[in-house]
Amino acid sequence: LLSLVVLFKGAYSIFFLSTCTLLFSVLKILFIFIIVAFFTLAERKILGAIHRRRGPAIVGLFGLLQPIADALKLFVKELLYPLRAQNFIFLMAPWWILTLSVLAWFFIPFHFIVFKFNALFFFDGVVDINTLFILDLFYTISFEFLFGNYNVQVVDGNIAVLILLAVSSLNVYGIILAGWSSNSKYAFLGSLRSAAQMISYEVSFGLTILPVVILTSSLNFIDISLGQVRGNFMFILLPSFIMFIISMLAETNRAPFDLPEAEAELVAGYNVEYSAVTFAMFFLGEYSNMLLMSALCVLLFLGGVGGHYYYFFPFKIVLVCFLFVIVRASVPRFRYDQLMQMCWKFFLPLTMSLFVYYVVFGFWLLNNIF
Amino acid sequence: MLSVSRLLIYFFLQDNEKISEYECGFEPFDSATRQPFDVHFYLVGLLFLIFDVELALLFPASVCIFDFTWFNVWMVFFFLLLLFIGLVYEWRLAIIDWPN
Repeated sequence: LLSLVVLFKGAYSIFFLSTCTLLFSVLKILFIFIIVAFFTLAERKILGAIHRRRGPAIVGLFGLLQPIADALKLFVKELLYPLRAQNFIFLMAPWWILTLSVLAWFFIPFHFIVFKFNALFFFDGVVDINTLFILDLFYTISFEFLFGNYNVQVVDGNIAVLILLAVSSLNVYGIILAGWSSNSKYAFLGSLRSAAQMISYEVSFGLTILPVVILTSSLNFIDISLGQVRGNFMFILLPSFIMFIISMLAETNRAPFDLPEAEAELVAGYNVEYSAVTFAMFFLGEYSNMLLMSALCVLLFLGGVGGHYYYFFPFKIVLVCFLFVIVRASVPRFRYDQLMQMCWKFFLPLTMSLFVYYVVFGFWLLNNIF
Repeated sequence: MLSVSRLLIYFFLQDNEKISEYECGFEPFDSATRQPFDVHFYLVGLLFLIFDVELALLFPASVCIFDFTWFNVWMVFFFLLLLFIGLVYEWRLAIIDWPN
């Protein structure tokens, strides 16, 4: 069901549409929220299984309605404004994070799969990569929905990778504003830590993507996926891939790098003062960012949207999410100075030298093989 | 109903204990965010600025790196070398080392 939802979500990639309809954007955002909600349930279930307990099992069949119950509870609860908080910024920060996390999803090319579906249903013959090229040139999907025919124009972001990086870096502002405006020491320190960690790892995050960009000469996800038809970049760029996974965990403030949320010292990091709906918004934003990061990981290193096996794409995303949860259950937390040193002293020099290596390697390939 | 009751609560049943910021048992005696904090966070921010600008240059460079002449490629490498020297300098100044 999850993968089906993921599949059909992309049909309404609204950000680039020439014919914008509010309905579709709302639908897409709703789908993202549903996926996120069930991801939280999946996480709790998997954690439970690893701890040899049952996890949520009361609400609904096998606890399937648990996320809905949680969401309801969070929405009904009272919203508190702390005494000395800057109310406007205090309320804007969760909106900021939620909006950015939703915005970023519009650059993930799920419509590629929709092209494939169209090709399957409306064209005869074998669907191969050439057909896809032709379909890609059209950039239009026409379909019937509720009131009539819709011609939806879908354009790949030619600088999608860059835009995603920019959007993920804007997340830091939300965290800083949340910590500063709630005027609590725990929140402030948590937000400082979180921001420092995120901006440090953003550098190494960007630098690990660079080899992929070098080898494909493109910032377009479709091009990057087409570059991986013969073999995933995971194998070719193994060191970059490992560093990407680690900085992905650090970017999303997840275990083993969940220092901003260190329960023992900082209670819950930058969102201590948040309650009810605003807390739910932070929560949604974080988990949607995690899903986004795993989608990015699949697109850049694990074969992209895939050649013939395009239906693997959502499953691969789910697999990387699974990795997130497994890592949380099995790896102990880092110390803060270790975290910073690993980024600046290990990742940064290594990624910079890898950049040089792959440029030279690429030129060698061009001169001697191709 | 809900919103009206919320407003009523907000105006008439405001509880100072409840809406004061989180603290370990005592009343918070000082504003938290108008105090000095560790300068290392600021330094990390400065470092980030430099390397983020580097990224902004390296992304377009790496898209069209195979259309470059050797001179241009060497210029990119020289730029990286400068940054690397800068990193080593900051390493020596122990900006990256976090005080315990």
